[in-house]
Amino acid sequence: MAVSIKNKGQKVWQLRDRNSQILRWFFLFIAVSIIMYCWQKISSQTEWFFVWDAPRIAGDIGSRALPPRWSYIDQLWEPLWDTINIATLGTLLSLFFAVPIAFLAARNTTPHPIFCRWPALLIIVSSRSINSLIWALLLVAIIGPGIFAGTIAIALRSIGFCAKLLYEAIEEIDEKQVEAITATGASRWQVMAYAIVPQIMPSFAGITVFRWDINIRESTVLGLVGAGGIGLQMQSSLNVLAWPQVTLILLIVFIAVIISEMVSAKVRAAII
Amino acid sequence: MSAVLASERRKWRKPPFIRNPLARWGLIVFALAYLVLAIGSMEVNWQRVYEGLERGKQFILAFSHPDFTSRWSDISAGMIESVIMTITSTAAGIIISIPIGLGAARNIAPLPVYYLCRGIIAVSRALHEIIVAILLVAIFGFGPLAGFLTLSFATIGFLAKLLAEDIESTDRSQSEAVKATGASWLQWINYGIQPQVMPRLIGLSMYRLDINFRESAILGLVGAGGIGATLNTAFDRYEFDTAAAIIVIIIVVVMVLEYLSGMIRARLQ
Repeated sequence: MAVSIKNKGQKVWQLRDRNSQILRWFFLFIAVSIIMYCWQKISSQTEWFFVWDAPRIAGDIGSRALPPRWSYIDQLWEPLWDTINIATLGTLLSLFFAVPIAFLAARNTTPHPIFCRWPALLIIVSSRSINSLIWALLLVAIIGPGIFAGTIAIALRSIGFCAKLLYEAIEEIDEKQVEAITATGASRWQVMAYAIVPQIMPSFAGITVFRWDINIRESTVLGLVGAGGIGLQMQSSLNVLAWPQVTLILLIVFIAVIISEMVSAKVRAAII
Repeated sequence: MSAVLASERRKWRKPPFIRNPLARWGLIVFALAYLVLAIGSMEVNWQRVYEGLERGKQFILAFSHPDFTSRWSDISAGMIESVIMTITSTAAGIIISIPIGLGAARNIAPLPVYYLCRGIIAVSRALHEIIVAILLVAIFGFGPLAGFLTLSFATIGFLAKLLAEDIESTDRSQSEAVKATGASWLQWINYGIQPQVMPRLIGLSMYRLDINFRESAILGLVGAGGIGATLNTAFDRYEFDTAAAIIVIIIVVVMVLEYLSGMIRARLQ
């Protein structure tokens, strides 16, 4: 136990001994220096005049943005429907690819630990590293603007996410059940259907709903790069500085996201 | 007798995933109807898609020869800005989300504080980073400061929520034991709660660092600094080999970060 001695010879309890304390302060010092250095870089690229002026600007935008233009809501139902479709269809589409990839990536189901597992892991990492907005940007450049590009972008981003969580679930299954089914003389596919799938079904449903919830949030902004949905309306409202419309859109996005989160939480609670 | 035979003759079937047949069939019909409507409302210009396939092929081929050199100065400047934004915003986000996480934990915060902190978390989680970035760019002007603020704000919603949930599931007896020694509130938090949540907090912070880097790659699209602006320009000019180079760098950095955070988390647990 670490004890420090005060000048009167009195012993005082300490959590850590002297060396580990010095080491901790040293690491803290390095971390703080790195952060301060980075902050200086940001600071040097900032027009501080604008920042000091920010409260006034924020107040100005706020006064223009309120009250929201309620009548604009008539033009928002269709984009909202599109947004939800992008998220839902994108999630479904991604599952078609994510499920086989997950089975290829899981250690206990992969046909070959190197030739199948590594490509699957590479697909997962690449899909996860690229934000859906970047996928959308790319797809708009390739197949043109619209809902279709948005759906594919959401799907491409979701493949990695769903496959990663799913293959982790597959690796955590109870091997005894697999052995039991194998012992009955079941074929490889029968083992899959009767021993593995029932065990991962709850996490599969949970992952799907979880990703769907995230996708609703992501699809609200895809329109900014031209990939359909309510973001398109937001972009055009921002371009003409129609702040009351922007407020209404933000409000609707907020409500949609909260509802989808509630639905997803309910479903997940029911499953698990 | 015949009843027994009939039941023996019945073949075993897999139990359905959803037990209640009404709910099961209702859900299936609803899902089919929705799919028909949703796919019906999607207009796809197949002609345009078909023309695009050629460009898609070019993009995929570009990964075989990514062009790092011709725009290296833009790429490196954007990358450094992204990394800087990631580090500072994660640090600031952690510092701010600790008090908010404490406030959003039902077992240590009074009800008004709890609602306030939960409200902050809900707003931060509901708004996508890009939307926050648009507003902050409008207020603070272009540049990495807006990106830094955006990512810090997004970090709060993520970290504070998970930290609060972790605090709520801590072992009561430990914190009560500390309280029974006559510890002050600060000592109570420091010795009763903090040791229980620290490993998870560090793990989550590393994970958030990773997320913040990925998000910082898109903030440039709306002028909030980082690599996104360079990437956007590359796509707009159909310079797919430069875009491929940027994407390769992003993937490599994310892989390294993920490996590091996995290592740190494995050591803590």
